[in-house]
Amino acid sequence: MAKQVVQVDRVIIRFAGDSGDGMQLTGDRFTSETASFGNDLSTLPDFPAEIRAPAGTLPGVSAFQLHFADHDIMTPGDAPNVLVAMNPAALKANLGDLPRGADVIVNTDEFTPRALAKVGYDANPLEDGSLDSYRVHPLALTSLTVEALRQFDITKKEAERAKNMYALGLLCWLYHRPIEGTERFLRQKFSSRPAILDANLAALKAGWNYGETTEDFSISYEVRPAALPAGTYRNISGNLALSFGLMAAAQRSGLPLFLGSYPITPASDILHELSKHKRFGVRTYQAEDEIAGIGAALGAAFAGSLGVTTTSGPGLALKSETIGLAVSLELPLVIVDVQRGGPSTGLPTKTEQADLLQAMFGRNGEAPVPIVAPCSPADCFDAAVEACRIALTYRTPVLLLSDGYLANGSEPWRIPDLTALPDLRVEFATEPNHDGAFWPFLRDPQTLARPWAVPGTPGLEHRIGGIEKSDGPGNISYDPDNHERMVRLRQAKVDGVAASIPPLEVDDPTDRARLLVLGWGSTYGPIAAACETARAEGIDVAQAHLRHLNPFPANTAEVLRRYDRVLVPEMNLGQLALLVRGRFLVDAIGYNRVRGLPFKAAELVAAIKDVIARD
Amino acid sequence: MTDLLAEALAQVPKADQPLSKKDFTSDQEVRWCPGCGDYAILAAVQSFLPELGVRRENIVFVSGIGCSSRFPYYLDTYGMHSIHGRAPAIASGIAASRPDLMVWVVTGDGDALSIGGNHLIHTLRRNMNLTILLFNNRIYGLTKGQYSPTSEHGKITKSSPMGSLENPFNPVSLALGVEATFVARTIDSDRKHLTDVLRQAAAHRGAALVEIFQNCPIFNDDAFEVLKDSGIKDDYLIRLEHGQPIRFGRDASKGVVRAPDATLKVVDVGEVGTEALLVHDAHAENPELAFALSRLTDPTTLDRTPIGVFRSVRRPTYDELMAEQLERARRVAGTGDPAEALTELIAGRDTWTIT
Ligand code: SF4
Repeated sequence: MAKQVVQVDRVIIRFAGDSGDGMQLTGDRFTSETASFGNDLSTLPDFPAEIRAPAGTLPGVSAFQLHFADHDIMTPGDAPNVLVAMNPAALKANLGDLPRGADVIVNTDEFTPRALAKVGYDANPLEDGSLDSYRVHPLALTSLTVEALRQFDITKKEAERAKNMYALGLLCWLYHRPIEGTERFLRQKFSSRPAILDANLAALKAGWNYGETTEDFSISYEVRPAALPAGTYRNISGNLALSFGLMAAAQRSGLPLFLGSYPITPASDILHELSKHKRFGVRTYQAEDEIAGIGAALGAAFAGSLGVTTTSGPGLALKSETIGLAVSLELPLVIVDVQRGGPSTGLPTKTEQADLLQAMFGRNGEAPVPIVAPCSPADCFDAAVEACRIALTYRTPVLLLSDGYLANGSEPWRIPDLTALPDLRVEFATEPNHDGAFWPFLRDPQTLARPWAVPGTPGLEHRIGGIEKSDGPGNISYDPDNHERMVRLRQAKVDGVAASIPPLEVDDPTDRARLLVLGWGSTYGPIAAACETARAEGIDVAQAHLRHLNPFPANTAEVLRRYDRVLVPEMNLGQLALLVRGRFLVDAIGYNRVRGLPFKAAELVAAIKDVIARD
Repeated sequence: MTDLLAEALAQVPKADQPLSKKDFTSDQEVRWCPGCGDYAILAAVQSFLPELGVRRENIVFVSGIGCSSRFPYYLDTYGMHSIHGRAPAIASGIAASRPDLMVWVVTGDGDALSIGGNHLIHTLRRNMNLTILLFNNRIYGLTKGQYSPTSEHGKITKSSPMGSLENPFNPVSLALGVEATFVARTIDSDRKHLTDVLRQAAAHRGAALVEIFQNCPIFNDDAFEVLKDSGIKDDYLIRLEHGQPIRFGRDASKGVVRAPDATLKVVDVGEVGTEALLVHDAHAENPELAFALSRLTDPTTLDRTPIGVFRSVRRPTYDELMAEQLERARRVAGTGDPAEALTELIAGRDTWTIT
């Protein structure tokens, strides 16, 4: 029977199940197949902080959303077209996000009275008509999988566990995804357990065949490859791109990379990734705490490495004093903060942008630190290179502000030509620089950077410390005028970074916009998608996105003054807005949500309309 | 000894010509209080460093915060005066990344044992290749006289007018408890003993903790007087020497034996005979005996205070193990062009091309 094939331009799928159901893996695999098929895509993993939250409960639901299209897309999508719900909890937790008419594939085996009661369903939603406005595909996924794996020598539990592969196979059929990549992946993952491998391969295939043969799925969908710029692509998550960016920067600088870090969600994957690459001379040091992580990185920087420390908000708080020391010592250091919901432990696995002011001001004394923020998962690569460039050029700690959404989200990435990256080679001091003596704080007149003289260099022995130093010789100085000069010099050095960064660009296709939407960090995608939608509805709106938060690009004031209104959407209570108001006396209007989730384009469209309606 | 020193410093470049104390003296004015024990330690270190025969530029001193932590400013080597308690962490980054450097940490009892206690134990546990000089004056000096984590119970200070409520740390016990590979104790005023301990610490590749009893005449004067007064010190001090029976006291009349309950006991040598005495073995793999020796001391009276090297064993250091892993990873990867290898790594295995 030939089934109907429908062309669509984009699809949003959400896989949802128990933490133990393998939803992240299923999503990852579907994403890989989608990437290698050539669609543009964007993903949003959303999982609980607990490793195995109680089974079948709402807090235990783990989800993975994927948006893929035949054109350039910017967000993981607002509302799923398809929900795969592995149990009642997954259905209940996600139904609210579904538009009417969405497809819902449910695993009916899990809709037992007990499981329903656990999440507060009085009646079975599959039977009481409450899902009538959706296209429900009831599927006895667990029993179908067990049935398909009958001939294998595995336990029933092991067979049941392969149900995510069955679901993946079905979805791959439904959206014309290849499954060869997943087969290869499974072969590698279960190479030492042949029975489990065969079972998973068979489940995958059985799911595919189910789609092909069952009456329930009469239509399959095709999403053509996207016309992205020419090049070789891969799919990449933010944490991985960031790790590679650090390695690329190390190679371009000719310095060994030293990572001092303490495990913390959602930054740990950077530590995991870099610890795999010892062959490139990458040293990773899992310290006893956050303070020791940055301490070791700073020590390594003093000794001539590209020093990096990675953390999330609570860890950044612990590192404050050492960042202040790095400001005072004027040594290059990159501090990566993968922001998560706060305050305190907050929401470890959810995203937020509420560390901006901590990054900006969270130290004692006047301790300015340049801040760089990537705007998409793949952009974490370039942002990491940029953070290293500033640190090495200006001999300063630099804060790189990623977030949970960027860290775990993924998108296609055109693999860069490493030789085209900036030349980051550093010249260490080798000679005395002042009348036969070495002055560690004699600055470069252009950048105001001080010389970097690493131990082992004869004749340049010197002592530096956190006590105020005399301008030039660098000896301890309590002189009032000298202190004032040094405070201003350190500030001027950081302000001077603006000379090396590109101007703030504005996207204003009609040139008639009176409203500018200004964002930073991971909100780029939703803001861009919202502006596009608004424009399609005839609204003139301009967009600008800050990659450098300290210093701001030199033309920022001029850009902001061009518009009657400036709307600043942020996943915090108005931190950039505060800076913009303080710095530029611009009456920025905030749009602020702190739900632990990225913005939806639709809510930003509403926010844009709301501001325009005020006039 | 010289063989050990040569081995310990094998990766540190040698000086072209002999250096002198002057070469290690910086042009900075020393600013401790008159009579401070720190002066004697500084002089001993400056005089001792030349005999190592290594290049000055390959020596790094890192300190935290406190009176003792001003130390690096006065030595003409590379140095960093960092922040309170964190010197071992910062020095770990230096030692782990640069095996060609000789790294020293200078710290005090508050710096190392209170605010920086965590870094101290982990640095020792990892066997980082660095030497920690812990100046113990049993008081906070720089903040003007509060009790410290080594102050005796009941100590009356500005912050404990009715006496401190805390039991003191014994830094040597602490270090042995985390199986530090080199642990020693010495006294600021005994130049010869101090230098000898420094010499042995320098000949140890790995983490070394040297506790130095240091007098603070301003806030805790004569805290170690019983160990210094020539009239009585022999009754208090137990001088440890590897391979020698442990005996002390005027006329060496007292000795240490292992009691049937496995604890150590102080006995009259005349009663038990020399053969019954415990022979000090600093190289024992198991730190148990060294620990037991460290527990002999009465923390209040300082009665029965061993000085010298408690423990000195060779174990792989962190930087050695790290270098070994880096080397192994490189060997497995082969000798390809690193830029190409990185490009390949970044591309990964699942790519697609758009033309
Ligand atoms: S306060 Fe005590 S330890 Fe500090 S310098 Fe003065 S005498 Fe030395």
